[in-house]
Amino acid sequence: MTNLHYDVVVVGSGPGGLAAAISARQNGAEKVLIIERDIELGGILLQCIHNGFGVEVFKEDLPGPSYAQRFIQQVHDLKIDTLLDSMVLETTPDRRLFITNRKLGIREIKAGALVFAMGCRERTRAQIRLPGSRPAGVYTAGTAQRWVNVEGYMPGKRFVILGSGDIGMIMARRLTFEGAKVERVLEIMPYLSGLTRNYVQCLQDFDIPLQLNHTVKRIIGNNRVEAIEAAAVDEQRRIIPGSEEIIPCDTLLLSVGLIPENELSRQAGVRIDPVTAGAFVDSRFHTSVPGIFSAGNVVHVYDLVDWVTQAGLAAGKGAALFAQGKLAVSDKVVRTQAGENVRYIVPHTFDPNLLAEEAIPLQMRVKQPIEAPVWVEAVCNGKSVTRKALPYARPGEMVTLNLKPDVVDSFRESGTLTVNITER
Amino acid sequence: MTSEPIPIICVACPKGCRLEVLRSEGDILVNHAGCKRGQEYARGEVTDPRRMVASTVKVLNAIHPLLPVYTSAPFPKGRIRELLAEIRKVELKAPVKINQVVIENALGTGIDVVASRDLE
Ligand SMILES: Cc1cc2nc3c(=O)[nH]c(=O)nc-3n(C[C@H](O)[C@H](O)[C@H](O)COP(=O)(O)OP(=O)(O)OC[C@H]3O[C@@H](n4cnc5c(N)ncnc54)[C@H](O)[C@@H]3O)c2cc1C
Ligand code: SF4
Repeated sequence: MTNLHYDVVVVGSGPGGLAAAISARQNGAEKVLIIERDIELGGILLQCIHNGFGVEVFKEDLPGPSYAQRFIQQVHDLKIDTLLDSMVLETTPDRRLFITNRKLGIREIKAGALVFAMGCRERTRAQIRLPGSRPAGVYTAGTAQRWVNVEGYMPGKRFVILGSGDIGMIMARRLTFEGAKVERVLEIMPYLSGLTRNYVQCLQDFDIPLQLNHTVKRIIGNNRVEAIEAAAVDEQRRIIPGSEEIIPCDTLLLSVGLIPENELSRQAGVRIDPVTAGAFVDSRFHTSVPGIFSAGNVVHVYDLVDWVTQAGLAAGKGAALFAQGKLAVSDKVVRTQAGENVRYIVPHTFDPNLLAEEAIPLQMRVKQPIEAPVWVEAVCNGKSVTRKALPYARPGEMVTLNLKPDVVDSFRESGTLTVNITER
Repeated sequence: MTSEPIPIICVACPKGCRLEVLRSEGDILVNHAGCKRGQEYARGEVTDPRRMVASTVKVLNAIHPLLPVYTSAPFPKGRIRELLAEIRKVELKAPVKINQVVIENALGTGIDVVASRDLE
């Protein structure tokens, strides 16, 4: 690696980063670099060996590694440079990166435009303040997934899983496949936090009981987990006295949510939305710092990889245009606003002029589940812009509302677009 | 005579529609399907339930000790355990190519188990 100046530098090689690099190259950026701290490209997909990837993009049902490989192949075909086993330590607002690599030592790289695609990390025991002793045998579900699927190491024999996130449910099945017993999945909320399909094919298929409105009160065991004390909770998520139950087990897996990995973004001065814990972005995933883009789980947590790829493609295009001085600066901006029963919307803003040329997908999550037909409706200046019907809306499943070019006339000036999700 | 409706959650795509299947003298009726694939899924679910199966096999001389594999088509649900026992017996040597057949015609079902990725 001799060239320390690149048109576009992408940090992270998950589906978001791979798509961004490919799209940057295809949109005219000549020198593109991907930096990845792991020893190979692919990100979290490499440990997601189950099927369910690519249904939207490829109309095929692929395992994670196969989905990743299609993009890795394109990265090689397009002669995109990669720097593996390299950690980005620091980034600056003027797009300089400091990296460390075993052979190169510490290096500085300058980027014409930068795409952050660092993904998420898992919430741990400390973040949910689980009381009890501190024995071995408490792991996050994703860490266990890496051990079981990539490194060939079984973390236990008898499991309880806290949290009904997708990773936890998928691991419940995976551990059952490998001969372990999964005693229970506990979820503190009154609804599933992952996809319904994962409930069916990972828990129901193998008779693994799921208890909603339940949590872990205490971990028991000195050197190793010996049991956990489970308990029911009320509407305020307070433990209901008398509902406790001791469940013997040797391992507790936590599937209690993901946190976008935005340390680098913060250092670079990128403004972070407290609701998503990701950057404020426009429809090209341009952040508050000119020339810095952000794509994938680092912006908000996606449930489908296909959308991550889509976001990466948009960010990569924006980055390529910026690096070539071709990214148009608009005189108008529309802000999106989370309305009734909407927790957040990404993107936070968009340029209405762009809407004349391309559709803009608005992606959001609901606050409360509605198990009845709903309207997803976008309103601007008191007038309905577009709406779509859905059979239900659940917090675990992202909702997408496509703004199509034919509604461009609703946005003659700057303004605010509010989206509401309500019962039909 | 029509049977009691059987509730089924479609897993053919991530939408997860809640379907309802009615069996009436050899006929199978599917309600609430969001698309045609869901119809087929629900029919299959009451006659011959199948699932995609993904697991790992041992691999020597590669950057990782395991190779991810999956079934080339949905596999009969009732025989998944048997299939996993077969998968556990396999040991390969790197390099492996994506879609390389790891077990041919697994348990005589006509379904192969294939590699999910290249591994060197
Ligand atoms: C267990 C699990 C199951 C899932 N199941 C499905 C499914 O069935 N279907 C589906 O469509 N989607 C599924 N998803 C969702 C999908 O896989 C993710 O949304 C997607 O992989 C996120 O991609 P990403 O590029 O944003 O991040 P990641 O894939 O996490 O990639 C981020 C990369 O950045 C690197 N990185 C981070 N910081 C640095 C740094 N400082 N320097 C260098 N490199 C860095 C990391 O090493 C990593 O490789 C699942 C996700 C998980 C976790
Ligand atoms: S019925 Fe169709 S749309 Fe609904 S979950 Fe099944 S495959 Fe998806």
